[in-house]
Amino acid sequence: MKLNTNSNIYTIFYTTILVVIVAGVLAFASTALKPKQQENIALEKMQSLLRAARLGEDVSAQKNKSEYIKALYSEHMTNDFVLDYEGKVIEGEAFEIDLQAQYSIIKQIASAKTPETARAFRKQLQLPVFVCTIGEKVLNIFPCYGAGLWGPIWGYIAVEDDFETIYGAVFDHKGETPGLGAEIAHAPFYNQFVGKKLSLEGAFKSISIIKGGGQADNPNGVDAISGGTITSQSLEQAIAMWLDEYQAYFNIKRAAIGSKECCGEDCCGEEGCGEEHDHDQDGKVPCNGENCSCKTGIRNHNGHEHQTK
Amino acid sequence: MDKSIFKNPFFKANPITVLVLGICSALAVTVQLKGAFVMALSVTVVTGFSSMLVSSIRNSIPNRVRIIVQLVIVAMFVILVDEFLKAYAYDVSKQLSVYIGLIITNCIIMGRIEAFALGNKPFPSLVDGLANGMGYGMVLVIIAFIRELFGSGTLFGFQIIPQSWYMANGGFYENNGLVILPPMALIIVGGIIWVQRAIQKELQEEK
Repeated sequence: MKLNTNSNIYTIFYTTILVVIVAGVLAFASTALKPKQQENIALEKMQSLLRAARLGEDVSAQKNKSEYIKALYSEHMTNDFVLDYEGKVIEGEAFEIDLQAQYSIIKQIASAKTPETARAFRKQLQLPVFVCTIGEKVLNIFPCYGAGLWGPIWGYIAVEDDFETIYGAVFDHKGETPGLGAEIAHAPFYNQFVGKKLSLEGAFKSISIIKGGGQADNPNGVDAISGGTITSQSLEQAIAMWLDEYQAYFNIKRAAIGSKECCGEDCCGEEGCGEEHDHDQDGKVPCNGENCSCKTGIRNHNGHEHQTK
Repeated sequence: MDKSIFKNPFFKANPITVLVLGICSALAVTVQLKGAFVMALSVTVVTGFSSMLVSSIRNSIPNRVRIIVQLVIVAMFVILVDEFLKAYAYDVSKQLSVYIGLIITNCIIMGRIEAFALGNKPFPSLVDGLANGMGYGMVLVIIAFIRELFGSGTLFGFQIIPQSWYMANGGFYENNGLVILPPMALIIVGGIIWVQRAIQKELQEEK
């Protein structure tokens, strides 16, 4: 008896069995490859963080890439912590924080109708900070995440311990146009951020990514990508949105640096030392502990002693 | 087995220049050689194996739903390739991003399954699929070579055009921005078709 391959029952059975088999194959492949894929994703994140601190640039020349990245990461990334919207350290694992989830909260803050709802959303924020130590240098690395032209874009910005100067930055994307928007992930673009300032005349200012922004006399701008205008604008917006949420933390840190200048052992008598301070006999400003943030150890997140110089 | 099954897709019946299939992805992934190369490889694997699989079950496929059956099989291979790239060639997989998933929409694959695999034995179908993938890949690599060299001054990411030639460094040279954009890929495809037809007179239409 010849099977009628055009009968309804045959068709239904055939397609059902086919789909079940295909689903089985795919489920198996997905489960079998998952650990390897997740390792790749974690490794990529480590590499991005290191790149932001201008480390690991020679990684492609290494034989064992993953070992090299892991070693570099554990050597330099000395600490990470999670902040809330007020810049206070809260509990959480910075490396595991899903930037996309935080981004959706930030978006809700931006579209909130009343300040109360905005604050309610803000309270949910978990903002990761990564601390990288290179010799004497202590860098704070801040993430950003936003929507590009075709998909998400994200990046990490390493800021020097004056909380003003950008030490390095790195960006990446899911699916921007190769050669155009995708150029944000390449060194010629993100290296422009090196040395740029996050403030203008004392006030906090994010980086603008505009045509002709990369002039040497513009401390707050970098050149946009020709042909990648929407990606450039989205990145500018993403950086501004995220740094805005970190601003509380920046302000605390900057205030700490400001007050430190006039209570340190060696700073008094130098320029910038306020005349309103009372000098003691040695010509040093007396430090009364409470108002002097450098004595309270505010820079002392990672257990390292960072007392006044 | 007829040797022309393997030979034809490279020149006489090249999927891009003669059959004009798979043009869309030829424009999308040819900005850089590396991407074009991996794309070519992925398409070759998918066309080859899906042709073979469809051919081996061709007598049992219900005719009314054959397109869907083919689609499911192609989709399976595309997802497998995608998962493998994510696990073992993460950098490249990221670079190609959505285009790997879009292999399924590549007309070459469905075209070869419909035109060849449904009427031939599994082994010739495998060869036909692989050869078509490679013929497609060959054109892709040629386009990507031109586009990366003139658009970015690099090949496989290595700087070819000396840095000192660039205007920024006081030279006379500037990368051609148009070459990076998709329209230029179309012009290059046109150029390749022109060259091929000039060599191969039998492809020219009668006036």
